[in-house]
Amino acid sequence: MSALSERPLGAVVGAAVPHEAAALHVTGRALYTDDLVGRTKGVLHAWPVQVLAAHARVTAVRTDAATDVPGVVRVLTAADVPGVNDAGVKHDEPLFPDEVMFFGHAVAWVLGETLEAARLGAVAVEVDVEELPAVVTVRDAVAAESFQGGQPTLLRGPDVEEALAGSAHVFSGEFEFAGQEHFYLETHCALAQVDEDGQVFVQSSTQHPTETQEIVAHVLGLASSEVTVQCLRMGGGFGGKEMQPHGLAAIAALGARLTGRPVRLRLNRAQDITMTGKRHGFLAQWRVGFDDDGRLTALDATLTSDGGWSLDLSEPVLARALCHIDNAYWIPAVRVNGRIARTNKTSQTAFRGFGGPQGMLVIEDVLGRCAPTLGFTAEELRRRNFYAAGQDTPYGQPVRHADRLATAWQQVLDSSDFSARTASVEAFNASSAHVKRGLAITPVKFGISFNFTAFNQGGALVHVYKDGSVLITHGGTEMGQGLHTKMLQVAATALGVPLSRVRLAPTRTDKVPNTSATAASSGADLNGGAVKNACEQILGRLAQVAAEELHVPAADVRFVDGRVRGLDADGPSLPWEDVVRLAYFSRVQLWAAGFYRTEGLHWDSAAMRGEPFKYFAYGVAAAEVEVDGFTGAYRVRRVDIVHDVGDSLSPLVDLGQVEGGFVQGVGWLTLEDLRWDERTGKITTSSASTYKLPSFSEMPEDFRVSLLDAAHEDGAVYGAKAVGEPPLMLAFSVREALRQAAAAFGPAGTSVDLASPATPEAVFWAVEAARAAEGAHVRDGGSAPPQPQGPPIRPESERVLGQA
Amino acid sequence: MPSPSLTVNGRTVPLDGVPAHTTALDWLRESGLVGAKEGCAEGECGACSVLVARPGTTTPTRWTALNACLVPVLALDGQEVVTAEGLGTPDDLHPVQHEMAVRGGSQCGYCTPGFVCSMAAEFYRPDRAPGEPTPEHGANGFDLHALSGNLCRCTGYRPIRDAAYALAAPDADDALAGRQTRPAPAATPTDVPGFARPADLPAALALLAEHPDAVVVAGSTDHGVEVNLRGLRARQVVAIDRLPELHGVSVTDEVVEIGAAVTLSEVAARLDGAVPLLDLLLPQFASVLIRNGATLGGNLGTGSPIGDAAPVLLALDASLVLVSAAGEREVALADYFTGYRRSVRTAGELIRAVRIPQPQPGLVGFTKIAKRRFDDISSVAVAVGVDVVDGEVTRATIGLGGVAATPIRARATEEALVGARWPDVAAAADVLAGEGTPLDDHRASAAYRRAMLRQSLLKIAAAEVPA
Repeated sequence: MSALSERPLGAVVGAAVPHEAAALHVTGRALYTDDLVGRTKGVLHAWPVQVLAAHARVTAVRTDAATDVPGVVRVLTAADVPGVNDAGVKHDEPLFPDEVMFFGHAVAWVLGETLEAARLGAVAVEVDVEELPAVVTVRDAVAAESFQGGQPTLLRGPDVEEALAGSAHVFSGEFEFAGQEHFYLETHCALAQVDEDGQVFVQSSTQHPTETQEIVAHVLGLASSEVTVQCLRMGGGFGGKEMQPHGLAAIAALGARLTGRPVRLRLNRAQDITMTGKRHGFLAQWRVGFDDDGRLTALDATLTSDGGWSLDLSEPVLARALCHIDNAYWIPAVRVNGRIARTNKTSQTAFRGFGGPQGMLVIEDVLGRCAPTLGFTAEELRRRNFYAAGQDTPYGQPVRHADRLATAWQQVLDSSDFSARTASVEAFNASSAHVKRGLAITPVKFGISFNFTAFNQGGALVHVYKDGSVLITHGGTEMGQGLHTKMLQVAATALGVPLSRVRLAPTRTDKVPNTSATAASSGADLNGGAVKNACEQILGRLAQVAAEELHVPAADVRFVDGRVRGLDADGPSLPWEDVVRLAYFSRVQLWAAGFYRTEGLHWDSAAMRGEPFKYFAYGVAAAEVEVDGFTGAYRVRRVDIVHDVGDSLSPLVDLGQVEGGFVQGVGWLTLEDLRWDERTGKITTSSASTYKLPSFSEMPEDFRVSLLDAAHEDGAVYGAKAVGEPPLMLAFSVREALRQAAAAFGPAGTSVDLASPATPEAVFWAVEAARAAEGAHVRDGGSAPPQPQGPPIRPESERVLGQA
Repeated sequence: MPSPSLTVNGRTVPLDGVPAHTTALDWLRESGLVGAKEGCAEGECGACSVLVARPGTTTPTRWTALNACLVPVLALDGQEVVTAEGLGTPDDLHPVQHEMAVRGGSQCGYCTPGFVCSMAAEFYRPDRAPGEPTPEHGANGFDLHALSGNLCRCTGYRPIRDAAYALAAPDADDALAGRQTRPAPAATPTDVPGFARPADLPAALALLAEHPDAVVVAGSTDHGVEVNLRGLRARQVVAIDRLPELHGVSVTDEVVEIGAAVTLSEVAARLDGAVPLLDLLLPQFASVLIRNGATLGGNLGTGSPIGDAAPVLLALDASLVLVSAAGEREVALADYFTGYRRSVRTAGELIRAVRIPQPQPGLVGFTKIAKRRFDDISSVAVAVGVDVVDGEVTRATIGLGGVAATPIRARATEEALVGARWPDVAAAADVLAGEGTPLDDHRASAAYRRAMLRQSLLKIAAAEVPA
């Protein structure tokens, strides 16, 4: 057990406590950025001028009519930008574009005394455009060779062509699957004010305050030290507020600088969906080899992600997709190419899993389609291919704790009563003509850390006040994931005080600078390490003070539950508050800045080799579904999950992440149907009435989640693993169960091709195909997928980019 | 007429000078009560849910959850509203708030105040009583459908369900439970620029005659969407939801009559099983939050081809009572729709009631095809009513939604069914697949819609075998 992971006596981490803001949430008193508007005097409201063309050159923007609208104060255009006219860091996403790149692209913003005035002003702005040819679908982009960014290749083992030639079974296929709208309940929002001397203070719903600060600064032509960004909390983020808030915050800040008044920019739902990025959809083309025992011999695949109009985070998303195409499986020979389509759509971005889910979906789809053709149950085919101890990933990282995969798998088989229920599903299906069931089990292995090594650092600021109360701030943001709850527990544990002694202040760039995005599931690992470090600096000093008072060596001083004593638990002790007061009068520093860097990481993004991850998080899910053969409608009857969170920092929080991630994954794979009009480029599902999130009706009727026992992680704070992203991919179990249920409408051994999302319509067509015994569109043999020859991902492009 | 006002969390606040289009949500937030949130502005997510004191069916008052984003605040003139802030404080949590907090029912917290209000409405349901749990009912009698109009993106819902199912009965001294035993606020006639709530039907008809372009609203569940998403600013809004003449429900041997302004939640309660096909429809009609405001009059008045009431009422051979200053007329629903969102109803005419002739078909079925089981819009809706005598279909009426510019009767299929042996409907199902002119859109492909027409009849026949 390492010093980092070891838990002291009376640790507050590990206690199942509610979310730190739960009482504020339930009483409507928790504040989000837009809730501040009523507390701020003289606020102006911003409204975008969206151009309704997928691709067009802007030839004129006339604002006179808009400024004549009562209540309109100003129209912001490109001419107003004093610094760099770019919302990102790659200079490929102009904040005020002269070329419309997607349907709904904003070319100007109107500031009004009221939102109504700003809206009417935006209607009055006249924009002349010359329409240009648009590329909307990923297949159109491939045909037009419209790509952007690097084209990495992941290579491992013997030559793929030879390995396939020597394989007993070779299949090939294609799989195009959809992205996902984040649909955080709180849409993007920023409120900017100008302080004394032109300094800008922006409150933003952002996962990455530091980068919001940097973008605001470069748009305004200011130094970072002149811009402060605060995030109180977010009403959900899921990756959608990692890069996307920056330009919006910059618009608000620009408006505030130009008018001297506070400016609020809040997107309504339609604006949020039509203007901001989503999870990338992918086109996967593949060949795969198996031996006679069902063991994977080779994988040859090309993944084309739909990046939308600009790069944003598409390169690191693609890299993570490539790094997760193995999921839990040992594949000796690997050649996987990646490329990013440039299309006239919103610029797709981070979303929980960050490409990992897309890569893993490909291999799970391959296994689900091939299992019946190979004559194995899907469960058996998956198990046979698990990583074993001593094996490494295609990018060369040893798969540490691979045994946990088998352990969790067996636990789920046992707890879900898998074999007996498989028999009862078969019996049910044999006696039911119109309704069929499916039961599937799938694994998750997910690498934790930012692929790009530099981002794996965290900072914190811990203050102990003279009265013994503690205030902590750290570089991470709270979006509902419970990070602040965990950080309070870490601080209370590290200082040996009750949880009630510690308060947490909102995330601000003038408290903790140069932070990484709260992303990549890394928030607790990085910021927890930093909080602990700061607390230990303070304790080190307090121990000296207490040692003198208690007449024990400083090394023997213990801080437990608000009291300070020597090694003898029954010996003399002092209240925490007394030691703090003594320290103050002894002129001892009672605050500290903490820092943490994840050790032992290295990554060569050009070669796609290295050990980018501190550890892997594992999980297994078994899902049972029931499909109505008349309509394709279905319900999830039962789900059993065992998930590896290490030694949980906060079990109630972690349980919530596992369940919530799972249901969000089910949404992506089944219900959430993101549609673009392929002719106009317009998103046709731009509202809650057309883009359906999971509701109560999608919650598994019987939902049993447990955390893997004996799962200590040596390399992370207090032995806990990251939990934000990995559980999303447990939802593959539902998709595979739907595939099996659809197959049950056909003859035994039917292989089914299932679209993603597997909407009732998609399931109905799968049922129809099974009934017609068409078989899956898996071809025997087949030729190699396209082999792009573009440059690799450039490390410098990652240096400035976050990764969720 | 006194100037309008609203009582929020026990405090009465004037509504002077509020624009007619201002929603209750925006007004609450501007007045400092920011607990209710805007998540979608179209009544789909429930983040704006608040409690409104409405007349009840089993108690004088019933705390009713509504989407504050859809209701014009002026429509609440004289009413009582409770928000999440009014239910409890961090130091003194309401039982609903307590269960949500300690069970992990909130993560990001943004949807939470809305969930709390919807959950509180069900907590206070006077006839909620412990019973055998089912997948959608707790042992405490909590009906999960009460939360069908609330979306959470974080939790996956399990802890929210656990919180709901852990609720006991309200304490004997619970103030809000006590409030339900006293009469609800009466409807207050309102007349301010752009917004009027007439006192009775003659006054309403006079207003409509005066303002032929007036927008008539009941629950404002459709109008609110137009205001919020499409910027509609009506010159005159006329609220008719409390007109006593539009609130009757009667059942005789000849006809069932349902007042056009009875909310869908009340329709279900007040009919008490008198129209079995409506009992199949109503639980699938939007969400409880919507049904608490929406009315049959509104659903038919908008003339949408995908409103779910029309196919069902077509299958029941219903007619509409239209009333204007000139008098009443009755129009068969099958003759009512004339085109996309158009009907024979003239400016100045109101739908007063829906009439369903008796006897109703002996056997009924309803299939709604949608992506999501709770609270979704149909891609196809099929309602079927048949009489079967000695295994032979003697009468058939079929209403379809989502397959043409208006809801339609499937006349060819009806003809094909008459004389068929029930449930051998394969031939008629093939005819049904050819009815209408289904389109491709984001909800479904034309091919799927066509397939679902056929499949719906097969499914209904497979499920319904006459005794």
